[in-house]
Amino acid sequence: MRRIYLDHAATTPVDPRVAEAMAAVYRDAPGNPSSIHDEGRQARALMDTARERVAAAIGAEPSEIVFTSGGTEADNLAVRGTVAALRHKGDHVVTTAIEHHAVLDTVSELEREQNVRLTVLPVDRYGRVDPEDVREAITARTVLVSVMHANNEIGTIEPIAEIGRICRERNVVFHSDAVQTVGALEVDVRRLPVDLLSLNAHKFYGPKGVGALYVRKGTPFARIQTGGGQERDRRAGTENVAGIVAMGAALEIATRERAIESPRLARLRDLLLSGVRDAIDDVVVNGHPTERLPNNASLCVRGVQGESLIVALDLAGIAASSGAACTTGSLEPSHVLLAIGLSRELAQGSLRLTLGRATTDEDVDVVLGELPRIVSRLRAASPVA
Amino acid sequence: MYSDVVVEHFTNPRNIGVVENADGRGQDSNPVCGDFTRITVRLADGKVAEAKFKTFGCSAAIASASMVTTLAVGKSIDHASRISAQDVLAALGGLPLVKEGCALMAAGALRSAIADAKVRAG
Repeated sequence: MRRIYLDHAATTPVDPRVAEAMAAVYRDAPGNPSSIHDEGRQARALMDTARERVAAAIGAEPSEIVFTSGGTEADNLAVRGTVAALRHKGDHVVTTAIEHHAVLDTVSELEREQNVRLTVLPVDRYGRVDPEDVREAITARTVLVSVMHANNEIGTIEPIAEIGRICRERNVVFHSDAVQTVGALEVDVRRLPVDLLSLNAHKFYGPKGVGALYVRKGTPFARIQTGGGQERDRRAGTENVAGIVAMGAALEIATRERAIESPRLARLRDLLLSGVRDAIDDVVVNGHPTERLPNNASLCVRGVQGESLIVALDLAGIAASSGAACTTGSLEPSHVLLAIGLSRELAQGSLRLTLGRATTDEDVDVVLGELPRIVSRLRAASPVA
Repeated sequence: MYSDVVVEHFTNPRNIGVVENADGRGQDSNPVCGDFTRITVRLADGKVAEAKFKTFGCSAAIASASMVTTLAVGKSIDHASRISAQDVLAALGGLPLVKEGCALMAAGALRSAIADAKVRAG
């Protein structure tokens, strides 16, 4: 059976051009970039080029890019690093209820274990944070504001330019998790007042296990792991050279193709959403109607469990997800869907379809053929619908 | 992830619905995930003549409810009321560990439906 992969927010397949660039490193560049010899210098040169590419894609200087093992580490480094660096100045962190667990669980742990004071801001029913809430939350003790660029579950884009301006006025470090947007939307730190920005290669057709944190020059910063002093002493550990090279190649390709690809995805996404609305009663579309990622369709189907939808779609050859990827048991309603005000029952019926480069009109037609049948079958067995 | 039997009972569940003029109605839920199953039964000649279910739940919960009703129909009331989660799991060819609660919920809903029928019958 031909599979239709609609879970690009979870991960994207590696672009074949990127895989080749990565294989070339493993094949031809065996050195450690910290070594003095020729092999080391060769690895260093490849990594420098990749750093320039990643920096160029977001309007940064190469020295402002810190490579990490992915988005989660970038978020941890941003949050823990800033709090540690500014502990003498304050102890208050502002974030939102819809952040990724990489941020939310990190700030919660800092609250529990290091007595950091925490403000978790609510969002409106579209999942948008009100910048004025950020302004009001900032106190003299605030050291960090962390608001994601776009939400991974519902696709809503946050007003981070405005939030960043407020942070700058108040001289507070501003971090944004841009894992879902870099590669899909224009992200330029010359115009965007962010100090720290998390990136993740496997969201833009690069490999898993590599990401980066952009650290604006002059931002107070402390490393969180100790060792060999790599990445200008900001992230110890021998660099993932092949992954970094692949990340550079992937981001360059994504940036180049974005002007065509993002509108193409938005059109398919709109076809999908209007088709779903026409064919299925009592379905709620989550997220902001216009301020949203081009490839994200997030729904809640009343009367059915998201897991049932996912399994039924999977059996029909369609890979989808229900809110965040879930590894165990039945799905706990997502914190994001609860934060936008959905009931637990409705939130349990969530379905996220995220489109990508391979998605075609025909794929959308297949989904629009299968999904209504699956929903009516599941509703027939449901005591709720 | 799932056995062929689970997939079959999820894709083509048996005994969906509500028994008309049911002798007994039962429900069980899984407090962890909020899933619940309702089962209705009709008894005749000391046997379970009919058993139907409605489930708000995951694929394993639906398959378990379908299976437990299948196991119950035609059995003596006494035998049917002793159908356990283990029986459901065995008939399904097993479930992943985290889903075993689904079998428990299905067996619980059947047991409570039969108990309800016994109470009503006095």
